[in-house]
Amino acid sequence: MNFSDLLNIGLMQGFAGLSLFAVLLLMGLGLAIIFGQMGVINMAHGEFMAIGAYTIYLGSQLTEQYAPSLMPVYFPLAVILAFCFAFAGGWLIEWSLIRHLYKRPLDTLLATWGISLAMQQCFRTFIGPKEVSPTLPDWLLGSWAPVSGLDIPRNGMFVLALTAVVTCGVLLALSKSRWGLRVRATVSNRVMANATGIDTRKTDRLTFAIGCGIAGVAGAAFTTIGSTGPTSGQLYIVDSFLVVTFGGAASLLGTVVSAFGIAQTQSLAEFFMPGSMAKMLTLTLIVVILMMRPQGLFASKVRR
Amino acid sequence: MLKVKDLFVAYGQSEALHGISFEGGERETVAIMGRNGMGKTTLFKSLMGILPVKSGSIEVAGSEVSKEESFRRVAKGIAYVPQGRMIFPTLTVEENIQTGLENSKTRRIPEEIYALFPVLYDMKRRKGGNLSGGQQQQLAIARALVTEPKVLLLDEPTEGIQPSIIKDIAKALNEIRKLKQITIIVSEQVLSFAMDVADRLFVIEGGRLVLETARADTDVSRIKQYLSV
Repeated sequence: MNFSDLLNIGLMQGFAGLSLFAVLLLMGLGLAIIFGQMGVINMAHGEFMAIGAYTIYLGSQLTEQYAPSLMPVYFPLAVILAFCFAFAGGWLIEWSLIRHLYKRPLDTLLATWGISLAMQQCFRTFIGPKEVSPTLPDWLLGSWAPVSGLDIPRNGMFVLALTAVVTCGVLLALSKSRWGLRVRATVSNRVMANATGIDTRKTDRLTFAIGCGIAGVAGAAFTTIGSTGPTSGQLYIVDSFLVVTFGGAASLLGTVVSAFGIAQTQSLAEFFMPGSMAKMLTLTLIVVILMMRPQGLFASKVRR
Repeated sequence: MLKVKDLFVAYGQSEALHGISFEGGERETVAIMGRNGMGKTTLFKSLMGILPVKSGSIEVAGSEVSKEESFRRVAKGIAYVPQGRMIFPTLTVEENIQTGLENSKTRRIPEEIYALFPVLYDMKRRKGGNLSGGQQQQLAIARALVTEPKVLLLDEPTEGIQPSIIKDIAKALNEIRKLKQITIIVSEQVLSFAMDVADRLFVIEGGRLVLETARADTDVSRIKQYLSV
């Protein structure tokens, strides 16, 4: 093995890490927005991701059966649908359950965990316990080889682009849109935001739904790199929490950096050691860094 | 414009306001004077819907609001400048003002606001938290004014602000009243400020209004007695 081989392997592993980074970032983004806005830790976030993933699967099944000629184009539409379904689910759950629990933060933790278990069972009962994979369109398969020995998978590039678009969209919406202004005012001072005329409850609901919708997009991205089962969401929820805590809660830039750090460490370490050892190494690093910086990587430095 | 009748407010079991009734007419400025702990802020918070009302009624331009949430009261025409300003420190000056535009059709900051407070125009890209106390007070008033209120509530607008700026704020309030023809209710401990802006003065003591006078026949020494500790 010479130097250029090593470089190629490094690049490929790094790229595999980027796909993981994309899923973690989208998950963490949704969690961070929801936590920042109303202090709710959404334990059911992983299941909203599963909703997104199942939506893609459903889309691929339906297209294959009824309109095979549309196979090449169904995927982007299904991604939008994944956002809509998860958004609607989030809206419903905020309205029916979470809004009654805002004054009891620990209870929201329990309630969302309960929802998570219920939703997993729903997936198992109504969709099936077996893992499923959607049939991906041809343009997502295969890889791009700029030089021999270096294969960059196309699905990874797609996921990365999707993540970039969604992340930029969310950051832009937060800083420029009316919704973003409402969110930032509410985060800054909820009572006063209400007294300047902002409907804070409606803002809460919309924010929760948007956070869940982003999880749905994460699920859509996830289908291109893994298969979906009832418990797929659960596998990612812990890592997503790590991303948020590590980045510093309520700092979206921190979320981006920590998602990148965790995914890359994990993916590069996996090449040199077994998966569980790699996980242990990642976790140890996080624990050590959090011991030195308990507020996370990027805590905001504004006077409160 | 604002009609408050038999307002009772309690913190749990302990009652803080024992039946407050007063009216603020169109284009009138009313000052509520009183020492700390006499119920001024409690009164303002309950008018704004931040504290629940136990009983009594609050009417703004003929419509009852005492059961409404704060943001609906804003839509019906009350605006609030709280004690301690409470601007949003992490938002820029411009964004702070924009939060008040929730019910405006164009969502554009009217030019008269910057004409009234030129300093806010110069600082519109700065974070609200980096302004001085007086500037923050002007920002809080601007944020309240863009909601196009019929009644403007100001809770101790002079607290912690240097004397020269207190004069500016009094001037701005008188200008606002002329320009917008609104009712202004202001709570104060500084008598000279109240005499500069108010048409009528009330004294609040232990959760009750104990004195009412028009500005012209105010017995300054008597009110001073109420205000001294």
